[in-house]
Amino acid sequence: MRALNVMKAAALGAAVIWAAGCSTTSTTTDADGAGMSGQGGTGADAYGAQGSGVSGADMADLNQLRTVFYFDFDQSVVKQDGFADLEAHARYLAAHPSASIRLEGHADERGTREYNIALGERRAQSVERLLVVNGATASQIETISYGEEKPAVMGQGDASWAQNRRVELKYVSR
Amino acid sequence: MRRLLATICLLMMTVGARAELVVEVTQGVEAPTPVAVVPFGWSGGQALPEDVAEIIGQDLSRSGFFKALPRTSMLSFPTRQSEVFFRDWRVTGADYLLVGRMIPGEGGRISIEFELHNVLKEQRVIGQRVESDLSHLRDAAHYIADQVFEALTGLKGAFSTRIVYVTAEQLGNQNARYRLQLSDWDGARPRTILESREPIMSPTWSRDGRKLAYVSFESGRPAIYVQYLSTGKRERIQSFQGLNGAPAWSPDGNSMALVLSKDGNPEIYVLDLVSRQLQRITRHYSIDTEPTWSPDGKSILFTSDRGGQPQIYKLDLATRNLERLTYEGNYNARGRLTQDGRFLAMVHRPQGADFTIAVQDLKTGRLDILTQAGLEESPSIAPNGSIIIYASQEGGHGVLAAVSLDGQVRFRMPNRGGDVREPAWSPYLN
Repeated sequence: MRALNVMKAAALGAAVIWAAGCSTTSTTTDADGAGMSGQGGTGADAYGAQGSGVSGADMADLNQLRTVFYFDFDQSVVKQDGFADLEAHARYLAAHPSASIRLEGHADERGTREYNIALGERRAQSVERLLVVNGATASQIETISYGEEKPAVMGQGDASWAQNRRVELKYVSR
Repeated sequence: MRRLLATICLLMMTVGARAELVVEVTQGVEAPTPVAVVPFGWSGGQALPEDVAEIIGQDLSRSGFFKALPRTSMLSFPTRQSEVFFRDWRVTGADYLLVGRMIPGEGGRISIEFELHNVLKEQRVIGQRVESDLSHLRDAAHYIADQVFEALTGLKGAFSTRIVYVTAEQLGNQNARYRLQLSDWDGARPRTILESREPIMSPTWSRDGRKLAYVSFESGRPAIYVQYLSTGKRERIQSFQGLNGAPAWSPDGNSMALVLSKDGNPEIYVLDLVSRQLQRITRHYSIDTEPTWSPDGKSILFTSDRGGQPQIYKLDLATRNLERLTYEGNYNARGRLTQDGRFLAMVHRPQGADFTIAVQDLKTGRLDILTQAGLEESPSIAPNGSIIIYASQEGGHGVLAAVSLDGQVRFRMPNRGGDVREPAWSPYLN
């Protein structure tokens, strides 16, 4: 927890610097999602280059960020293709202390319902950790798991299941 | 809850205490015993709302122990012993014969007299008179099926018990209706206990059959509620930050095992329902969930992925000794024990296949898969251990199905639309 706070401070610092116009920022690399590590990124990793950069005050850009993040079966590791957008959300939250979000974790219908509720919570917590190490404050984030109770799409098969294993990020206030 | 058989009183005419057949439920039966359930005579004028003999035959067949003879193979429809020619029944292959007659009384009352005969010995096994009325014929039929079942197997019948289950109806545009339903064990006579726009999960019975506990998201977050069936009165008993799930009453009814993630990840707790004290009983960073009590109340079984995949573990509450129970397959979860504690029903996924319902003999370790592979889940065992009800899928929709513990007899419950899931079998109610 203490290590996380240090990282949070570092990430927050990076976010503030970035907000002030610096192109250097933090990226997150972690394969197992258990403990995130914030690192100084290189110019090549700059968000602007990936088209998902957002200034702290720019809500139009915030609306262009991804808000649904997908997972593999029985896994709660945030996939790398979601990092950039999540970090941008984290920067927005860092720059707007009164903003808050709700993370809704979901699972596909395979397996038991109570286990899937736990899995959905784990997924929401993975996303929360990633946001926090990138500058958001835990008190800005509420997590809830619906397990397999609220599928995004009905129907069986890999395509439907893949869309249902997800965390939805929703702004409660901006 | 209304006493199920309140309107039925009994005049015991013979004592049928000794079981005719000695059957080990757990070993299953080689072949179901053929029983002829003859349509009951009716001396009243109007048509009856229920076919009592049909319900009795269905109950007996679905238990896996018996096979009801089709009416088309019956040579006659006797309603009392004096009308029975046993030779005719030996020809049909029936080992037992149930005959009965219904006599109209004052104000819609109906007396039902039935006799169960051993065809080979040409002897009456039991006979009783049951008082019922037009609106309780189904109760009377289940009651008679219970008497026949007990007389022939020595096991108490569970046909007068009930089930609860959850239905979900998608109304489009993120709009859904969730309902907690109560019905007869065979799905007949459903009624709604709770309706919500948010998910309802994990219904479970108190051991006295008077209360239900379940998880409802109606407040926007999951919380555990207890509801009295007789009055509908409900109480929210747990709503911590995070998960509040998988309630399970202890056998003595004084405690409830449940899952909370208030300390960061899902752990099993035991809540003392009198003192409201909460005791945490698992301590692991993995998912620990789906607690269920051993019948003696001394241990709790639960699902954990501490070994990398979900498996079922048993924790002795006194010694804190932890034992892993399941090893076959890569997903074993949501265990439920038979009342004798010997058999563990669970959701089981064999290597490289889909989800099934399986039973493990905890004495020998033998595992038997009882159902087809698919999205089978939520097994719940009849109080006499003879049948497991579970959730299955048909045409992309959730349906309830049941299988006898030996895997021989399977059937589906009628589906009235929407997704049906999470059946929970009541204890004996009378």
